[in-house]
Amino acid sequence: MSEDLRKIIIDGEEIEVPTSYTLLQAAEAAGREIPRFCYHERLSVAGNCRMCLVELVGAPKPAASCAMNVRDMRGGPNGEPPAMNTLSPLVKKAREGVMEFLLINHPLDCPICDQGGECDLQDQSLVYGRTGSRFPENKRAVEDKEMGPIIATEMTRCIQCTRCVRFVTEVAGSPEIGMIGRGEDAEITTYLESAVTSELSGNVIDLCPVGALTSKPYAFNARPWELTKTETIDVMDALGSNIRVDARGSAVLRILPRVHEGVNEEWISDKTRYAWEGLGRQRLDKAYVRENGKLRPADWPEALTIAAEKLGGDASKIGMIAGDLCSAEEMKAAKDLADALGVTSVDCRQDGAKVGGGAREDYLFNATIAGIEEADAILIIGANPRTEAAVLNARIRKTWLHNDTKVGLIGEAVDLTYPYEHVGTSAAILAGLKKKRSGFIKTLKDAKRPLILVGSGALTRADGAQVLRAAGELADAVGAVSAEWNGLSILHTAASRVAGLDLGFVPGEGGHDVAGMQSNPLDTVVLMGADELDLAQFGDAFVIYVGSHGDAGAHRADLILPSAAWTEQDGLFANTEGRVQLAYRATFPKGDAKEGWAIFRALSERLGKTLPYNNLTELRHKLFEDVPVLAGIDHAPGASEGYDAKAAGAAGDVEATDFVPAVRNFYFTNPIVRASETLAECSALASGPAQMAAE
Amino acid sequence: MATQLLQDKDRIFTNLFGHHDAGLDGAKQRGCWNGTKEILEQGRDWIIDQMKASGLRGRGGAGFPTGLKWSFMPKEVGARPHYLVVNADESEPGTCKDREIMRHDPHLLIEGCLIASFSMQAHACYIYLRGEYVTERLAMEKAVKEAYEAKLIGDDNIHGWPFHVYIHHGAGAYICGEETALLESLEGKKGQPRLKPPFPANAGLYGCPTTVNNVESIAVAGTILRRGADWFASFGRERNVGTKIFSISGHVNNPCNVEEAMSIPMKTLIETHAGGVRGGWDNLKAVIPGGSSVSLLPKDICDDVLMDFDALSAHKSGLGTAAVIVMDKSTDVVKAIARISYFYRHESCGQCTPCREGTGWMWRVLTRMAAGESTIEEIDMLLDVAGQVEGHTICALGDAAAWPVQGLIRHFRSEIEDRINNYRAGKPVFVSQVAAE
Repeated sequence: MSEDLRKIIIDGEEIEVPTSYTLLQAAEAAGREIPRFCYHERLSVAGNCRMCLVELVGAPKPAASCAMNVRDMRGGPNGEPPAMNTLSPLVKKAREGVMEFLLINHPLDCPICDQGGECDLQDQSLVYGRTGSRFPENKRAVEDKEMGPIIATEMTRCIQCTRCVRFVTEVAGSPEIGMIGRGEDAEITTYLESAVTSELSGNVIDLCPVGALTSKPYAFNARPWELTKTETIDVMDALGSNIRVDARGSAVLRILPRVHEGVNEEWISDKTRYAWEGLGRQRLDKAYVRENGKLRPADWPEALTIAAEKLGGDASKIGMIAGDLCSAEEMKAAKDLADALGVTSVDCRQDGAKVGGGAREDYLFNATIAGIEEADAILIIGANPRTEAAVLNARIRKTWLHNDTKVGLIGEAVDLTYPYEHVGTSAAILAGLKKKRSGFIKTLKDAKRPLILVGSGALTRADGAQVLRAAGELADAVGAVSAEWNGLSILHTAASRVAGLDLGFVPGEGGHDVAGMQSNPLDTVVLMGADELDLAQFGDAFVIYVGSHGDAGAHRADLILPSAAWTEQDGLFANTEGRVQLAYRATFPKGDAKEGWAIFRALSERLGKTLPYNNLTELRHKLFEDVPVLAGIDHAPGASEGYDAKAAGAAGDVEATDFVPAVRNFYFTNPIVRASETLAECSALASGPAQMAAE
Repeated sequence: MATQLLQDKDRIFTNLFGHHDAGLDGAKQRGCWNGTKEILEQGRDWIIDQMKASGLRGRGGAGFPTGLKWSFMPKEVGARPHYLVVNADESEPGTCKDREIMRHDPHLLIEGCLIASFSMQAHACYIYLRGEYVTERLAMEKAVKEAYEAKLIGDDNIHGWPFHVYIHHGAGAYICGEETALLESLEGKKGQPRLKPPFPANAGLYGCPTTVNNVESIAVAGTILRRGADWFASFGRERNVGTKIFSISGHVNNPCNVEEAMSIPMKTLIETHAGGVRGGWDNLKAVIPGGSSVSLLPKDICDDVLMDFDALSAHKSGLGTAAVIVMDKSTDVVKAIARISYFYRHESCGQCTPCREGTGWMWRVLTRMAAGESTIEEIDMLLDVAGQVEGHTICALGDAAAWPVQGLIRHFRSEIEDRINNYRAGKPVFVSQVAAE
């Protein structure tokens, strides 16, 4: 799409830029740096900090460069191209003036401020600040506000840029932060001093250019320059949000988002942000053996001997279940070991989702996450994207906000932060939808790029495969599947799911799935960080728990093999789009814990079936050889030719029962986040006020 | 006196003092609603051309040519309706001209709304009154009711242009007199100015093309079109034509509102209509010629300055709303400007940095200066701060807060210096120079 270009002069240098650019973007295109506080690429333009003033040649006053378009610039009287100056003495003086205004009522308490070292105000005052203060008056003090367990406030530091207000209003869709008062008395507040109810609320901490909103759990923990920063991937949901893990020594101290336009833009959910708290608690740091009903510590040789003995038994009586946080390598090693032993009861779908087996598109978010913005009608089936993938939900909200995309929902009517047409709650509605002529089906049919989003809640039902078939047929009927656009999109909740399905971590010939393993008594069950299932159903089976956290699985286990959490090992994860991304080690495993794949590699040696790789690189070579699709790092496949959506799932009738969302408690979906105190507080707040005695 | 004063036959607001019936019958007797239909029949282009030819400049303070402003509206009505919004949020200290129009000549305003709306193809007009104008609201509501009953306006009116007038009562914030803040407030949001561009003519009320005009600019339209653009342009100097309501207050013997020709000498205006300065012209210290936001002028300038846009801006002041605030020699000007500074500090919306932080800073320094508790260096610093506020804000409130301070330092620097020196020397900082009474 070609855009109108316009020739403008920036500091005497001619440059051609699109007319839709703001002056700030144009200046950046010319290599000029424009200081700013209120301006943020992903939020609406407020133009209130006035730091980005530039001089327009011929105009009486300087203009805020973030708020003015190149289109609106006026040329010279004799047809000269419009000109602006970003380095002139006038601009310098204006910026110094604004900086001085910002600082007169700022406490300058940088030594005790958590933002210190990564503060926009601090950085910019270095360049644009005066050397001394001319302000002898008393500074303004502002009372701190209660914003919940995540956001710590120090409102005297606030410079009223309203980034937080715009974020919660526009992106998060829960307008609970606002500015009250006027003039000098203007304050940012949550009005009623209550917690922000958004799952994305932590992002305001990153957005705040000063230390007014900081992270409560991270308060006074560290300075940014002390931290080792590791760029990695999040596994709290199936989006694979790009994150940066900041650690000091062996402790992860915080998690911040990284920019990835295709996945999370630059947002992360609160669950992702505070998963680090769980990394330091409830950890399995040594092997344990159950003796007389009690767990006792053991060393690796003993534990491996016991495990090898159990796994050497009748292969048909052994089961392996991969949890939601397993890396592809760990599952590959476990799968290779199972194959070597002849174990066919393996499953990576602890929630019982009826996916896998067919075409890869059958279990991918084919529209891609970025593709949501191209969709002009979205039907959500049996999902609550707000709890299952909060960042993705923000993307749907964004497209609703900017493109007026129509959204429909079959499933439980919940607040998704944007309005939608509630088509129904029962699965029967879905089955009958494609025969209808009016209502939401018309919207879908009229749409150029309809998106059918199928949630885990729809697929974990007993008739999940039939629901998937119905969704596939619907997608086909409304023209959602072509070579350019594939609107049939599965939203998983587990980070490990797509890679698990890719490498075939599903029951082989004669093997059982999770439900089968529970109904047919087994001798031995290996749980790889799998805690979200009814463990009582395994009866007397010997449970080997390979995992990092003491949660439900470890509680039931007869043998615990401690493994590294995802921040403690390198690993590959395929997100719900099928995008393979690399997670990197930020810290070393706790205590005796070993990397997941290495445990299975060690077991294979004990069992005399040594796996053909001695290190991670060799394992990856084998993995890519066997499953080439996992070698395409950071590629979301999207639409492809020749895909038949009608063949997804399995034929059969859909039961006329209501869809139930896969995630009820957003903050408690895996063993790591269940160990986080902050998220426990968030969960308690989300589930309503505590019951008071005698009321 | 050489100056020809405005004669009664040339007055537009013939009931400015409320001596006659403000109702529809009285208004009709005074010529209002006379030939309105014929005016509309001349077509919208003719109306806009006449308004341009009349040389009427906006009466709200900025002095933007009204006819030109009307012509900025899109020629054709697209998907979005057009709106006329009348700014009756008259909050500038010293100003009370619109108040009298709405109380005593409301039908001139309503007629003007119809004509202006017709020329801009608007079917709805909102009149935004300031919160304190309760009597004026009642007067306007009564007049609007009369106009509806007489089928002068409404869906099926005698003028053949379906048209509605809505009276909206604000909550009494100065900033809502800024046109885009007014639109925000009218939409039910917090009154904070919008970024421009886009200007209201492109995206105004509810994102639709909108023109915002002052009460006086609209109220004179009917009479201008009846009596002809040439008639209106015959008063005053070139580029500063027409008649204008002046609100004269302060240390004069007879504070009043009066309609006069533009470009009348300030001295003539004060002496003829306001009974002169208390204690005589020589007892004059300074005059704020256009509402609190413009720079004050010392006596030597006031002696011969003309009351119009260009003459006053040549002295780095402005006609503003033509609210003449007279201060005699008993006035503590530093304290007076400090009080004005307090007003702007209080009324700043807090949206953008220079105004939010600068208005409070200037007020604090001025308050100390008024007591002499300052340093000589701080005078230049204050001037610098005022310069950093001026022109760096989203709306004109920053300018309005800076100009009085700049004017004070420009004309009364020595007085501030004396005060600081007196304070240091342990002398009284200010002695009121009251004429022998």
